[in-house]
Amino acid sequence: MSQTEQLDARSCVLLRLGERRFALAAEHIAELVAPSRVYRFAHRTPEIEGVILRRGRVVPVCDVAEKLTGKKLTYRRFYLVAMRRRGTQVDRVALPVSGECELINADLTPASESDSPHVAGWLSHDGEVIEVLNLDALTPGTSVEPTLAQPGIPEAHA
Amino acid sequence: MQLGATRKAQPVRTEQIILFRASSQVLAISSASVQEVRSIEGLSGSPQEIHEPRLPKVRHVFRRGELNLYVVNAAVHFGLRPSQASLIFLLRRLRTALLVDGIEKMTTMTRLQALPGAFCHEERGWYRGLTVLDQNVVPVVDPAGFLTAEELFVLDAAASRLAMPEAPPNEMGLNV
Repeated sequence: MSQTEQLDARSCVLLRLGERRFALAAEHIAELVAPSRVYRFAHRTPEIEGVILRRGRVVPVCDVAEKLTGKKLTYRRFYLVAMRRRGTQVDRVALPVSGECELINADLTPASESDSPHVAGWLSHDGEVIEVLNLDALTPGTSVEPTLAQPGIPEAHA
Repeated sequence: MQLGATRKAQPVRTEQIILFRASSQVLAISSASVQEVRSIEGLSGSPQEIHEPRLPKVRHVFRRGELNLYVVNAAVHFGLRPSQASLIFLLRRLRTALLVDGIEKMTTMTRLQALPGAFCHEERGWYRGLTVLDQNVVPVVDPAGFLTAEELFVLDAAASRLAMPEAPPNEMGLNV
């Protein structure tokens, strides 16, 4: 296989989690927002700490820093709101990040079988080799199919 | 010439809900699914203690007509710190009575958002979804989510070993 077959030029967003930087494919990013109130309620998904409100829509907050770096974030600069496709639905999840985010174009090397499931690929930037994250493997989730509304009852919208 | 078509405003679909407290949490339940609200003291029918180690959320059962109704402690069900419960919701068309701390208020919701797919454990059976009220996110409980068919089976087996007095099926209560 030639090198040109291995590499795939993509737009990516670099994000900082503590001392380390990671990347996400730009097509998975919805927006970058300032930290806001996290609403908490009883649930049993430990990776999710609560939800934030974005334009009236609830977005779950998932701190992936501990999984990726072994440490929880002590400081939150932004929430990077990313999109995941689950079945026919697009699901959003807010990832707390501790520094500025940067949009770059880079050549991606696909992940190999020996890489962790959360690694979608690798890129090289500023002399650093950076993991491109596979959000589906990194964040919990199930597909949410829209429920049928009963007459007179507010519908559940994803 | 036809005048510009007048767009008929879609009627906003609303649902009346009861906001209630369970431990530190405020939750919502459709008022249509609550048949009666009673204080603990006002509950007649002589609730009996039931002890099923697999279901610590249920400590009492009472009889209504032909049916056993099981009292589910909402705080324990949701894994919250146990609290001083004072009210019981008798749920319509279910064999569940819900023990709660108190009622915050009755209000109306116009939009129910699905629980995001990132929540992927028991909570999917607990909630119908989430609603936003006064810039607060409130989970809307699924009345059928308090006791599964398997749990009812286990409880019925435990209750069959008790001798329970029967309460009249339609005794007066606060109907919602």
